[in-house]
Amino acid sequence: MSANSLSTGYLVLSAMLFALGAFGLMRRRNTLVMLMCIELMLNAVNLTFVTFGRMLNDITGQVIVFFVLVVAAAEVVVGLGLIVAIARRRPGATADDIRVLRG
Amino acid sequence: MVELVWLIPMLPLVGFVALLLLGKRLGDPWAGWLATAMVGASFVTACIVFVGLLGQHENTYENTYFSWIPAGSFRVDFNALLDPMSMAMVLFITSISTLIHLYSIGYMHGDEKYWKFFLYLNLFVFSMLVLVLGGNLLLTFLGWEGVGTCSYFLISFWFNKEANASAGKKAFITNRIGDWGFMVAMFFVFATFGTLNYNEFLPAAGSAAQTTVTIIAVMLFIGAIGKSAQIPLYIWLPDAMAGPTPVSALIHAATMVTGGVYLMCRISPVLAVSAGWVPVMIAWVGAITALVAATIATAQMDIKKVLAYSTVSQLGYMFLAVGVGAYWVAIFHMITHAFFKACLFLGSGSVIHGMHDEQDMRRMGNLKKYMPITAVTFMAAWLAIAGIPPFSGFWSKDEILAYALHASPALYAVGLFAALLTAYYMSRAVYRTFYGDEKWRVVPAPEDGQTLADAVAAAPDEERDAALAMVPDLVLTFDPEPTHGHLDASYEPHESVWMMTVPLVVLGVLSVVGGFLNIPFGNLQFLERWLEPSFVLSNPAQLDASTAQTVIELTIGAIVGIIGCVAGYVLWRGRRAEQKGAQVPFFANGWYYDIAITRLMGGPGRIATDALAWFDRTVIDGFVNGIGTVAVESGGLLRRMQSGYVRRYALGLALGAAVLLIFVATRVVNL
Repeated sequence: MSANSLSTGYLVLSAMLFALGAFGLMRRRNTLVMLMCIELMLNAVNLTFVTFGRMLNDITGQVIVFFVLVVAAAEVVVGLGLIVAIARRRPGATADDIRVLRG
Repeated sequence: MVELVWLIPMLPLVGFVALLLLGKRLGDPWAGWLATAMVGASFVTACIVFVGLLGQHENTYENTYFSWIPAGSFRVDFNALLDPMSMAMVLFITSISTLIHLYSIGYMHGDEKYWKFFLYLNLFVFSMLVLVLGGNLLLTFLGWEGVGTCSYFLISFWFNKEANASAGKKAFITNRIGDWGFMVAMFFVFATFGTLNYNEFLPAAGSAAQTTVTIIAVMLFIGAIGKSAQIPLYIWLPDAMAGPTPVSALIHAATMVTGGVYLMCRISPVLAVSAGWVPVMIAWVGAITALVAATIATAQMDIKKVLAYSTVSQLGYMFLAVGVGAYWVAIFHMITHAFFKACLFLGSGSVIHGMHDEQDMRRMGNLKKYMPITAVTFMAAWLAIAGIPPFSGFWSKDEILAYALHASPALYAVGLFAALLTAYYMSRAVYRTFYGDEKWRVVPAPEDGQTLADAVAAAPDEERDAALAMVPDLVLTFDPEPTHGHLDASYEPHESVWMMTVPLVVLGVLSVVGGFLNIPFGNLQFLERWLEPSFVLSNPAQLDASTAQTVIELTIGAIVGIIGCVAGYVLWRGRRAEQKGAQVPFFANGWYYDIAITRLMGGPGRIATDALAWFDRTVIDGFVNGIGTVAVESGGLLRRMQSGYVRRYALGLALGAAVLLIFVATRVVNL
């Protein structure tokens, strides 16, 4: 198996992970699971960056991953905070129950 | 000293603000004293500034205080222009206003809105001072609108009565028509000269196209006829009588109506270079107004109506003077007119006050016995307005007529006939009011809403015969009927308090000696020499006259005045049989002008304005409202996208990303 086909495998894996995350985000109603799906999508993208960085022999791909990790960490803090707040106020609420901000 | 000029309008403004905050607490009479003190201080300041102005180059002082409206190339400053003309105006405005304020302290005593009256009076004087001191058209317009608004407040001061409220509205609306002309003129001035400052655009008037200058002159003249009550916009002034009498004096003598004449004098460089027919038109409008108003005044029963029409008539003379290019004489007549008309109005106010609100001359008579000071001062002013030498009106009016003769004999003839009528109707008013029988003892008092003719008809036979024998014209009815008090036969009229008689005496003296400001012989033309630098004439030589000519003209004027007075004396001191016939119904009803306007505006005018209102409601409002409706409806549709389901947003994002992906894949990659 050549390096190129291995890279293609990584790309296919990240595409599958991304699709899985996106499908989960749209399909599941549990807010915690939805957050996990978002994490899954983010890491799929990270994998793509690293793969391309390797394929093109460019360090930039890995640098961007660090940025994404930092942003993701911040996002998780806010997201989990929201989820905890919702869980305290309305135990057992799904994402569809929280639709006060509608037009 | 001349730097104090800003203080002249500021003092009445301070009075206004002080009364606004404290007026109710000060109350009767201290609110009045405060207002009087402020205007009096303004007069003292004006005198100091006058002394300072004498030391200035060309007797002119200009100063810019701050930038009022800086908007790109459009820039209007708060600036003062003090030249000989505005100085003369300021001096007589503040002096007469002070006297009127003092008089009002007595006249308005006991009124429940006492302090409010003085608040408006101070604002009125402030506006007028801004009008004459403003150094650009917009500042003049500010004062112009200010006096219009204050006149509305004051004319309908006793707004509980329907007639007073509608008189205020009439004054305001009629003035708006003139304001339209003023505003259009301002637009033209700015478009042509790029500035509204008098000292910038007036000297440049000669360099603009004659058509433009003519339009500016005509539009400003429309503004002036609105404010100064000339044909065809004079109708508001007689109705302005509805206000308290000191207001009438203020409007007619010192402020407001003189604004139009001032404006015409101010723009003399524009008139000098406009088309030749403009001054001729101004002169004729003035002459015809003088004549028409004088004819109407011969048949009025309300003592204030007589004076009101006489003001319209005298303002006509001023416009006649402006039209023939004798601007300083217009100002001269304005000043002498301010003296004697203020005296006449305050005198009539004193009469009305002493007669318990009776205004109909048919229920007066022999008041000289009860009100000697009022009678003597009123008669001094009467001789002044009638043009009897050497009273003030003689010098100013006959000088106008002399200049009119140089321009056109026809103008002179019209003016002279109006002068004859003036002397006659004023004599009629004097003899009906101050001489003859004590008619209120015989003529029954009408009830509320009843005309005097009805009251006479309802009286017992003997009373009616006695009343008709004494006053044969009782059966004439007027629309609107003069205001009637309820004094009965036993009533004893009284002289007014000193706050009212002192201004009368001062104004009476001024009416006698005011003419010596400008006597057309030798070196005695003080006012003319003082004012002359303010004006620009197209043809100065037209106004030169030899002494012999002047003497002849003055003699003719004096003779005409005396004939008028004698006619008034003969008719109204004796011949009762002919009195009724001397009052032509056509004149009594003001040439049916008011009625004609009511018919016109009530009929075709109503239809036209209704059509305009429909157009406004459906087409213009429809367009504006349509834009709003489109925004509301589309927003109502779009807001449904915001469902609140997070997962649906995610789907939207995914679909969007997919569309973007397809776009990139098909358009970018294949290239």
